[in-house]
Amino acid sequence: MSSIGSGYDLSAGQFSPDGRVFQVEYAIKAVENSGSVIALRGKDGVVFGVEKIITSKLYEEGSNRRVHSIDGHIGAAVAGLLSDARAVVNRARDEAANYRDTYQVPIPLKALTERLGKYMHYFTVYGSLRPFGVSILLGTWDETNGPKLMEIDPSGTARGFYGCAVGKGKQNAKTEIEKLDLSNMTCKELVKEVAKVIYSVHDEVKDKHFELELSWIGKETRGTHQLVPQDIYNEAKTYAEEALNDSDDDDTDM
Amino acid sequence: MAGMYSTHMHLPRMVDMKEKVAEFWQEEAALSGPRKHTLQPIVTGTSVLGIMCTDGVVIAADTLGSYGSLARFRDISRLMKVNDSTIIGGFGDYADFQFIMKLLEQQTIDDDVVGDGVYRDAPSIHNWLRCVLYNRRSKMNPLWNTIVVAGRDYSGKPYLGYVDKIGVSFTDKSVATGFGSYIAQPMMRKAMEENPNMNVEEGKRLMARCLKVLFYRDCRSLNRFQIGVVTGADSSISEPISAETDWSIGANPSGYE
Repeated sequence: MSSIGSGYDLSAGQFSPDGRVFQVEYAIKAVENSGSVIALRGKDGVVFGVEKIITSKLYEEGSNRRVHSIDGHIGAAVAGLLSDARAVVNRARDEAANYRDTYQVPIPLKALTERLGKYMHYFTVYGSLRPFGVSILLGTWDETNGPKLMEIDPSGTARGFYGCAVGKGKQNAKTEIEKLDLSNMTCKELVKEVAKVIYSVHDEVKDKHFELELSWIGKETRGTHQLVPQDIYNEAKTYAEEALNDSDDDDTDM
Repeated sequence: MAGMYSTHMHLPRMVDMKEKVAEFWQEEAALSGPRKHTLQPIVTGTSVLGIMCTDGVVIAADTLGSYGSLARFRDISRLMKVNDSTIIGGFGDYADFQFIMKLLEQQTIDDDVVGDGVYRDAPSIHNWLRCVLYNRRSKMNPLWNTIVVAGRDYSGKPYLGYVDKIGVSFTDKSVATGFGSYIAQPMMRKAMEENPNMNVEEGKRLMARCLKVLFYRDCRSLNRFQIGVVTGADSSISEPISAETDWSIGANPSGYE
């Protein structure tokens, strides 16, 4: 997608003659430059995986979280400009707190997605503001309604998915994900698959090192969004590395 | 007097303050429209008791919401588990306590989502409550409660605090609100004097005894109560229990023939 806006791309408040809002498209490009983020919705929950690209040996492991909890029962994984992501996640938390204060129940995912989509869309209609350069993947699970996964892109559009990928390796990731029989897999199985996909789409040449961040929400966690426990994380990482070795690549070391 | 305030500063003039106070009371007296300042509690909870033991803190309260002299809501919880390190108990207006519970619930969620396993400890929550309550009293619109904060601090030491609607705040080895401070507090103090190294099991038995006496003596109490315990590891509130009572001595009290 390398077309020049030629004058119609200076503000989000303008359409181009062929009906595009370039600022929104550029925001989507910003997301595509970020490390891959994937989310898989299985039988009993949702698993998130993030390829956190590391640019320096001085980086502290475990810092700079890419998966966030909203209100405890919703997980959010972000791709794109991380400072914009921070703003969107904070807004999501405010919306969730406000809903809980008014209705005395945790916010359903649909309601949160609507509110957040509305919020992100607001920034795409005024010339004085720029859109968020963020795609956010939201997932939840509860006893009654089971798992749900939604993605909101910089235009404010929300879509529901069984498997979703954003960021650098999204095309390859999507191909990998389509091979999986998601609705029949449990979270425990999916954790391994998520790790495998991230490892397989990671570009060794362009981005040497990366840290894998895995989180989940489902029956295993009783509806709370958490980072995957260390032992399951290690298992998943080993599985992914072995799968990678089978396809003749160097071991990706952290 | 006027000379002191002759410059244009942020300090209000004495005369203005007097006018404000007069306005306030006139407005209340006129009773025109909805009241904007709390003047009386409506549904109320009675005593909350707290005692610090060597291995934890015990807190107790009955499950009654009184509507004046009517024992109206007999299955409400006046103890709230804020997080694994703190339980609070509310005396006074129940609606104001529900408001406080809602705010604290949101605080715990905010702590949760940071994801580092660190939660506000009992002294922090106690201090926060003091700020809120004192601030409201200073606006002449109090939250009509006395709150007992039972828990532990970050180092694991047991903590027991008291904060009331006028912002008075302190910590002690045993605390009680309302009728409890007249009837249960002496009992708790005596028990602690005789057994300075009480553990939570003994503490729970002491609480049950105190609540029984309160049921005999406090007209706004109920023989159905919960006991909450905060240990070094976590906090929990029991299911409602009742005490065995013997009213036989009440059959023919002297002077009531």
